[in-house]
Amino acid sequence: MNLQAYIEERLAERKVLLMTHLIAGFPSLEANWRMLEIMAEAEVDLVELQMPFSEPIADGPTFARANQQALESGLTLDQYFDLMQRATAAFAFPHLMMGYYNTAFRLGHGPFCRRLAACGACGFILPDLPVEEYGDLWAAGAECGQTPILLMTPTNTDQRLQQIGAQAKGFVYAVARKGVTGRQTDLDDELYRFIARCRAATDLPLGIGFGLRSGEDLRQLQGQAEIGIVGSVLLEVWEREGEAGYAALVRDLAAGRD
Amino acid sequence: MGLTDAIFNHPRLGYYGEYGGAFIPEILRTTLDELTQVFEDARRDSSFWTEFEQVMRTYSCRPTPITLLENLSREVGGAQIYLKREDLNHTGAHKVNNVMGQGLLVRRMGKSRVIAETGAGQHGVATATMAARLGLECTIYMGAVDVERQRPNVFWMEQLGAEVVPVTDGSATLKDAINESLRDWAYSMADTHYVLGTACGPHPFPQIVAYFQRIIGEESRQQLLDSVGRLPDRVYACVGGGSNATGLFLGFLDDAAVELVGVEAGGRGLETGDHASRLAGLVGTPGVAQGYKTFFFQDAEGQMRHTHSVAAGLDYIGVSPILAHLAEIGRVRIEAATDQEVIEALKRMMRSEGIIGALESTHALAGALREVGAMTPDQVVLIGLSGRGDKDIFTIADALADENWQRFLADKAARS
Ligand SMILES: Cc1ncc(COP(=O)(O)O)c(C=O)c1O
Repeated sequence: MNLQAYIEERLAERKVLLMTHLIAGFPSLEANWRMLEIMAEAEVDLVELQMPFSEPIADGPTFARANQQALESGLTLDQYFDLMQRATAAFAFPHLMMGYYNTAFRLGHGPFCRRLAACGACGFILPDLPVEEYGDLWAAGAECGQTPILLMTPTNTDQRLQQIGAQAKGFVYAVARKGVTGRQTDLDDELYRFIARCRAATDLPLGIGFGLRSGEDLRQLQGQAEIGIVGSVLLEVWEREGEAGYAALVRDLAAGRD
Repeated sequence: MGLTDAIFNHPRLGYYGEYGGAFIPEILRTTLDELTQVFEDARRDSSFWTEFEQVMRTYSCRPTPITLLENLSREVGGAQIYLKREDLNHTGAHKVNNVMGQGLLVRRMGKSRVIAETGAGQHGVATATMAARLGLECTIYMGAVDVERQRPNVFWMEQLGAEVVPVTDGSATLKDAINESLRDWAYSMADTHYVLGTACGPHPFPQIVAYFQRIIGEESRQQLLDSVGRLPDRVYACVGGGSNATGLFLGFLDDAAVELVGVEAGGRGLETGDHASRLAGLVGTPGVAQGYKTFFFQDAEGQMRHTHSVAAGLDYIGVSPILAHLAEIGRVRIEAATDQEVIEALKRMMRSEGIIGALESTHALAGALREVGAMTPDQVVLIGLSGRGDKDIFTIADALADENWQRFLADKAARS
């Protein structure tokens, strides 16, 4: 699918889009299904489904623990792809694979992309794979309609942002601050300056991730970015308040789009 | 291009054959680029190596001697066995070479804080020492399992002013301490340098660590030429992440007649799956984790497996991309020694030579003892003794089931 066109279409109806995140197998595949149903009820715009990895260096404590527990409970790649397939068949939003490069490396670039395509996914986000290491993964992705989503960060030089922008497709995942997943982000001038630097490096839609926690945060992004990306807080609320609290949060986030 | 030259001036930056690279989140890109630049400038500055040698001479007893193990050589009845005595370094292991070197880089960068991972605690102690000396803040990440088995080193790190953070994620060993260090760094890089302790991780770390640790190999080569008048037939080193092995081997890499043997942790035996080998017996497979591409001990889907070794410093999933490359092209042979062989070798060296090696280092000795008997007395082998064993007193006493020590511990616990 053409992700960029999809995003632009959706933006005709709302001021900012919502992409939500979940980790396959945490706390269980059954819970994952409920999360997806809740996301679908709230008409979330995009979903990233994380494949757990034993060495999640880009993840903070909440996600790192979730990666570990999912693997300890026995999650396999087959189960991951099965969940992806069932999800894409049942829910309308586009699904992106999120994970670490070793998963793609071990499978092989071609088989990795073909398997994602066969499951109905539309792309992948690999935060530990820099652009100069993609090699034939660009071509493998293009051959079966899998869009690689690249990340830009505030510590990147303008020159590096240009380099990333030159390769990016679909949208750019702009990491709103330093550190790993799970820390809070202030929506302040510094963020807006960073967004401006990203804009100078790409014409693609921008998704702002890392640390968004509420519908109010989404509302503040309106007019600044095209997509708000929410992860850690969802997991925290599922663990603390269960399904009802989770559903309320997803509804609140979704309402922040208008 | 010689092999050594290829390691320091590889056309594909940060690669050694197919291995190496820098697979890191974009947030760390600029910091790694800066570090690469500072390192490149330093090593092209002719006074830098002299400054490094001066620090090591006055602060860490370099050059460390080589010792002929006369009794052991006679008992085994094969080649003459020489030991490179990295155990005589300040803080008791080769780790200090890399740490003091990176300390000089920290000065050039003007950063005020250092962080490090540690397994056995030797690298953590060395880093805490360097931080104290240079007036830097210091945080050490250490797997909770290792905090337990290397208590003496935890005590010293704290006395030296470092904060020691136990890491409970994953298998709570060295690999998890590395993950936690990378997470800290992804936030703190503006004023913090990550002193990675082995020849692993994203470029430029393998190269930086190899650059400083080659002091072991260069000294050894000269010392053998001076005292024996010839090069060794074989050189043995233990391989955890691979820093002492790479450092020792670099002294002999371009001497084609010198056979280089790395010894990994065979744990309870490679066939049991309970070990920390990657290259030996090809039990590892190529993968990408913790910022670099190398052979990892992983399952078919690329999840890292649990490692086991009696030696905390070898209890690790990956291995230096430099060694992965040298093993692949056949320049380095990789073997494994089991926990049991290591305990036996340790006892033997204590009784025959009065030298207490670290459990890590003793893997090299155990690997050598298996082979040296088949050699002849006119041949020479060199074994890297990367560290001393005092830190292992609890583990070794357990392994030897020493009753007096157990009674002492029980009494002490009862009194406090
Ligand atoms: C004494 C000693 N030797 C060897 C090692 C293993 O590291 P490397 O393979 O990097 O030399 C360690 C690590 O902690 C150590 O403390």
